Amino acid sequence: MSGILVLAQETTSLTSTEEWVINGFFYVVALVALVAAVRMVTTSNVVHAALYLLVVLASVAAIYVILGAEFAAATQVLVYVGAIMVLLLFGVMLTRAKIGAEDDLDHEQRWIGALVATSLFAVMAYSLVEAFDDQTLPVDRQVQGTQQVADSIFSTYIVPFEAISLLLLAALIGAVVVARRD
Amino acid sequence: MFLNQFLLFSALLFCIGVYGVLTRKNGVLVLMSIELILNAVNVNMVAFGAFNDDISGQVFALFIIAVAAAEVGVGLAIVLLIYRNRRSIDVSEADLLQG
Repeated sequence: MSGILVLAQETTSLTSTEEWVINGFFYVVALVALVAAVRMVTTSNVVHAALYLLVVLASVAAIYVILGAEFAAATQVLVYVGAIMVLLLFGVMLTRAKIGAEDDLDHEQRWIGALVATSLFAVMAYSLVEAFDDQTLPVDRQVQGTQQVADSIFSTYIVPFEAISLLLLAALIGAVVVARRD
Repeated sequence: MFLNQFLLFSALLFCIGVYGVLTRKNGVLVLMSIELILNAVNVNMVAFGAFNDDISGQVFALFIIAVAAAEVGVGLAIVLLIYRNRRSIDVSEADLLQG
């Protein structure tokens, strides 16, 4: 696991060329993710939407790697791309979605949703640009390794961790009870 | 690298997810859009973790991933139940609470 960001680990601080390469990589990945996300919410085929979501989730994992969060990237691939996608595809299958395009997936008042999303983005973009104008990530940032994550979870955040495990148990039992045929 | 490039990316992803939740009628597609929103939040967490050189951002991103897994499990169970009772997962038809 510790070898994912070899580029960043060899030197303690990134040179400007490396920074440029990583930056270019970010823009490519971000573009892929955004195009796939837009296609996901506009496509008329449920299975295609699930596969576009897969592209978005994998791109987000790549962005975690760019940010040096290797354990989050691995978990993203395992949990989202592995488990949640299979769950969603099972949901598509069990609700007998049509194979091929459907023309009845969206509301008629699509423009209201577009208006809300656009104005929300305008507000968020304005406040982000106001708040973090041209602040940069530290050039000497380190990879936040799995060992540090484990240390943090099992010391500082042990109570939230136990709460999460209880929540998962409750969700498991709840899902079985709700979906059971009786 | 600017912090804002990650934050703006995540804001865009969030708004696309909001658009999906508001316009889709199919229950499974609504759940997928919610996953998009949760992922946008996670990108924010990890970006601020890298910005402040603090591990907490990544730890909370992991917690959010666990909560998202629980959410999608229960959500799909509910969608399946709606399908079983009404032979349709059109969320605009599930309007029993409307007076």
